[in-house]
Amino acid sequence: MSARVVLVDDHELFRAGVRAELDGLVDVVGDAATVDAAVALICVEQPDVVLLDVHMPDGGGLEVIRRIAGDAPAARFLALSVSDAAEDVIAVIRAGARGYVTKTISGADLADAVRRVHEGDAVFSPRLAGFVLDAFAGAPPAPPTAGDRDADLDQLTPREREVLQHIARGYSYMYKEIAQRLGISAKTVEAHVSAVLRKLQLSSRHELSRWAVERRMLG
Amino acid sequence: MISDMAATPQQRALTPLRELRRDPSNGMVAGVCAGLAKSLQIDPLLLRIAFGASTLASGVGFAVYGLAWILMPAEDEDVAPAVAAARTASQRRAAVEVGAGVGFLLVALLLAFRELGLPFSDVLTWPLVLVAAGGALIWRQSIDVPGRGARAVRGGAIAGSATATDLPDSESRPAVISRIGIGVTLVVAAALVFLQLTGALAAATDVALVAVVVAVALAVIFAPWFVRLLTSLSIERAQRIRSQERAEVAAHLHDSVLQTLALMQKRADDPRAVAALARRQERELRTWLSGAPARDEGEPRLAAALQAAAEEIEREHSVVVDVVAVGDAPLDRDGEALVAAAREAMLNAAKFAGDSAPVAVYAEANHERLHVFVRDRGPGFDPDAIPADRRGVRESIVGRMERHGGRAAIQASPGGGTEVELVLERDGGGDGA
Repeated sequence: MSARVVLVDDHELFRAGVRAELDGLVDVVGDAATVDAAVALICVEQPDVVLLDVHMPDGGGLEVIRRIAGDAPAARFLALSVSDAAEDVIAVIRAGARGYVTKTISGADLADAVRRVHEGDAVFSPRLAGFVLDAFAGAPPAPPTAGDRDADLDQLTPREREVLQHIARGYSYMYKEIAQRLGISAKTVEAHVSAVLRKLQLSSRHELSRWAVERRMLG
Repeated sequence: MISDMAATPQQRALTPLRELRRDPSNGMVAGVCAGLAKSLQIDPLLLRIAFGASTLASGVGFAVYGLAWILMPAEDEDVAPAVAAARTASQRRAAVEVGAGVGFLLVALLLAFRELGLPFSDVLTWPLVLVAAGGALIWRQSIDVPGRGARAVRGGAIAGSATATDLPDSESRPAVISRIGIGVTLVVAAALVFLQLTGALAAATDVALVAVVVAVALAVIFAPWFVRLLTSLSIERAQRIRSQERAEVAAHLHDSVLQTLALMQKRADDPRAVAALARRQERELRTWLSGAPARDEGEPRLAAALQAAAEEIEREHSVVVDVVAVGDAPLDRDGEALVAAAREAMLNAAKFAGDSAPVAVYAEANHERLHVFVRDRGPGFDPDAIPADRRGVRESIVGRMERHGGRAAIQASPGGGTEVELVLERDGGGDGA
């Protein structure tokens, strides 16, 4: 069964283009041009995947994710943006998006990304993988004094690093090939990417926090 | 003075009852009050007020201060200097102080004469005293400067610490400034007192008063206009800046975006050309929006150089080249060779991979190595099947990397695209033979 998708973007031309590209590959059940309309639509349709523009008036994709909160528990968010800016990408990921792709992605790759997000995996564009490698470079920050936070969240394992490097090298939507090269299964590759996503969302590395704060994510 | 601080605990240990010593580093003039206050353990301000008041009352405080200056050794002065080399410096210093002391003694004598009713005109006496004191202060300051190094040496000898000789500045700047300030004030005051006492100041005062009154009146009259003028000026400037910005944006859009759109309409039949034009315009606009300079003027760096190479290939071959860089490094000659090899790999990818998918360039720079991958999703080719006379891959990629102490590997499989891997070890990774 193909995923039920809601498309949120304030550019009508872009929505029409994406609908045409995804036609027959996934089931686009509706689109919305504003944050308010998107929230209402998602609550009604309860889609599997929301394709979400990062930059929209009234707060953009970030605001949609925040306002949906628990109202569409099954919906997974895949961020779409023309922007390559690290703060935008990191902010939507930390808000809960399962992946990030740029708007120049081909229709087939986009459909593939939607399917993967629908299945619960994470999707990283090459550039996002590069950002993550950059952000997690160097020694982890000193663990905070209070709380028993998982220190592993602040650094990548060598294997995760390898997987990300392959994604950054352009194997972004070809986990099978990454798996072959690393001598592991495609499922394991997916698990590594999901683990990186979790770290990206929960880590307190200050680069990530800084990017998030720049988008006023943390109050 | 740090040398003072180093010497003080030692002295304290030697003499249970503290001697009277001036404390020039904390003093306003010569540190008499500060030194006295320290040994009496009271606030120096009280003593300063006492001295000031007694100076104003009868001039006695002034004379007493001068005497104290001469009689009290400074904190960093050894009472019996043992080091012969230091003696010249202390002598020079002593000469100045003796001079000042003699001056103050004269003042005291003058005061005494006056008390006895001997005829000295106030008109001359007080201005002279003030001028002498102020002049002495200023002179002392200018004489002190060359003597500094020697005094630091002496301080160091007392403290028994060699580091004290390294001190570049033996007196704190505020002390110096306040000393000069007081000197200047004294001289000016002397001039005023003289003028006042001779009656010359009265006329000058009238003129000055008139000038001040007129100035105040004018200020009251013109203040509103002036304020309004200032605000209107700043408003005008803001408007000018805004309109300049708008003109700049319009000019930029005209030169770049509108031109590109026109070109794209002309080339509508060639999707690759249109895509490349759009891509180039997008990149340029992004750079402009982010406020970054279009071309980095500084030293060449890996990420920027690869980006520039990618843009060039995009322009010439109507393909999309995505560059992802993790870390960055300055480029030496080997690094430049690496970029040149990467450019060649991009060129190959652009030529043979067609327009199936973007060419992916990934660069990673860390302390150990520079690592660049150039990958396309074209039909792929067998690297072993390249004829030896095709210099492209063999010479300009593999050969170039090897000549510069790096290595290149080409992985290609039919249907799976081609990936060129370039590695350059840093720190001793070949000297570019």
